[in-house]
Amino acid sequence: MDLLSFARGPALQFAIGVFCFGVTWRLAILLFTPQARDLTPARKGALPSPIAGGREVFRRMWPEIHPTGSNMFTTINGYVFHLGLAVIVFGFAPHIQLIKSIFGTAWPSLPNFVIHIAGGVTIASLIAALVKRLTSPVLRLISTLDDYISWAVTIAPLITGYMLVGRLIQPYNTALAVHILSFVVLLIWLPFGKLMHAFIVFISRARTGAYLNHRGAQL
Amino acid sequence: MTGSATDQTVTKTAAELSDAEVKKAAHKLLSQVGGSIATYAEACVRCGQCAEACHFYHASGDPKHTPAYKLFPIAKAHKRSVSPLGWLGLAPDVSRNDLAHWEELIFDSCTMCGRCTIVCPMAIDISSIVAATRQAFAKVGLGPPDLRAAAENSRDRGSPLGLTEEALEDRIEWLADDNEIDIPLDKDHAEVLLTVSSIEMMKYPQSIVGMAKLMNATGVDWTFSSEGYESTNFGYLSGRGDIAKTMIERIVHAAEKVGAKTVVIPECGHAFGVMRWSAANIVGRPLPFQVLHITEFLAEMKRQGKLKFKSFDGSITYHDPCQVSRRGGATEEARYLLDGFATDFREMTPTGNRNWCCGGGGGVQAMERAAGLRHKVFQIKMDQVEKTGAETLISSCANCRLTMDESAEHFHWDHKRDSLIELLADHLIEQE
Repeated sequence: MDLLSFARGPALQFAIGVFCFGVTWRLAILLFTPQARDLTPARKGALPSPIAGGREVFRRMWPEIHPTGSNMFTTINGYVFHLGLAVIVFGFAPHIQLIKSIFGTAWPSLPNFVIHIAGGVTIASLIAALVKRLTSPVLRLISTLDDYISWAVTIAPLITGYMLVGRLIQPYNTALAVHILSFVVLLIWLPFGKLMHAFIVFISRARTGAYLNHRGAQL
Repeated sequence: MTGSATDQTVTKTAAELSDAEVKKAAHKLLSQVGGSIATYAEACVRCGQCAEACHFYHASGDPKHTPAYKLFPIAKAHKRSVSPLGWLGLAPDVSRNDLAHWEELIFDSCTMCGRCTIVCPMAIDISSIVAATRQAFAKVGLGPPDLRAAAENSRDRGSPLGLTEEALEDRIEWLADDNEIDIPLDKDHAEVLLTVSSIEMMKYPQSIVGMAKLMNATGVDWTFSSEGYESTNFGYLSGRGDIAKTMIERIVHAAEKVGAKTVVIPECGHAFGVMRWSAANIVGRPLPFQVLHITEFLAEMKRQGKLKFKSFDGSITYHDPCQVSRRGGATEEARYLLDGFATDFREMTPTGNRNWCCGGGGGVQAMERAAGLRHKVFQIKMDQVEKTGAETLISSCANCRLTMDESAEHFHWDHKRDSLIELLADHLIEQE
């Protein structure tokens, strides 16, 4: 078995297995940890909790910039790399083909030049995020090893993807294998570090939305 | 919040804790983790957005005041319990050093105002985390001695400031005589039970007179009760679940005894927050009465046409108590009361649900060792007020008022300050 076959075959399958198990396990912990029932009466006019929670999930997608603009960079940069990643993962033709081969569904791809620009911008944005993390006293204090590992496994597929498309690694099959393996690492790490926020964000926002809505608090 | 008779009653420092006590604190941290706390403990992406939203960080510039940093002890305990490394005994447990390091951050530099939750992209409610963490620390005797003393005074003497039943009776009699006003105490039956914050009774007695005047004007059948009068809950603020429960049960008992359908909380933000949004959960049953902040009650009376006021022509700005507005959902009630009364009302920037905390909530006002930081925080408020150009700063929280008065004195800031209730009472149109 050559490296590409290994990456496409057992490595990817193992990673998907770990990913599914890990995500399920962590979500199960959060969803099945008992939560005491709130015995206080809701404020008159409060929405039912599922609606309030769902509303909060979407409402928080709108950025909250401090009047001083002090969080402008973090906020905008966060949007840039999240949107960039979404464009690359769901808009690049080979990625759509991979998704189709697994889930049987596909959609039109974006032009390659859009993906190239998105890739460059996303890599620059992630590097900027790292520089900010290393230079901000607040971020340095609250950062853990998880933050740096998560950063590395996120940027790695972008860099290997760029090297693959730019033919910077030869032969092509090796470059493709390296790219897939970097994605394998990302899949394996995701459930165990902060990248899990891709799922937890829905629970966290919904819980706070329901909690504050019960009080009639309008954030 | 749950209480137990085994809560540590002797104040200690982390260095004085035995190994068993350190483990006990870690265990208590873990026991606080319900579904929401577990979610919050795992949700933080450490983006640091909360720092600038926090008045303590804003005032000090010290990274340790970043709200997300306050998640660490409970997140550590939770991670140890759910991670495979923890099951193998390889994940670190909460240590004595952790307890020593975070004690000041959990107590002295968090007012549980919830401003950080507004900006958190993951919507983490750090205020809930801090309240839960305080309980674990208090379990082994950690926490500012004066905060713990305030809680124990409440349990043993009826109030944190020594407002015993006898003192309550004396002061009510004195205020009633001096102001020629009826202040009912211990009626057999009443529709409404009015409670006090001992800050008002001991430091701002005219606030009690003002409340009584307004309550009498509404025509409702109301009373104070010597069996349950203190609504500030230092048990909750100090992490002493047992005392929190005792304080709540006194009011519940008093309200049930007089058959009250409504319990009114005076101008005190945390008292309202605890009694309205936690009390039923702490005593473990729905309360047989509604709980209203005084601004909610008076706003309703105004809507019903039972209260009318002469206009106030000076310029006013209003400080939103965090637990009434941002976390209490009653932001508009004070504004409704001011509407048509204050002819020159000026909002601060930011205001309402995004208003800056005074710096003294969450029991911080009672911590002598936190005074320096608290005063720094108050500079934000002074700046906000001065930018409005308003002559008078009012609030509807005696704790905010006391914090502002002390800090104003510290800075020799002679801006006029008042209570919303007192101002309204002074401008009440007394109807036949």
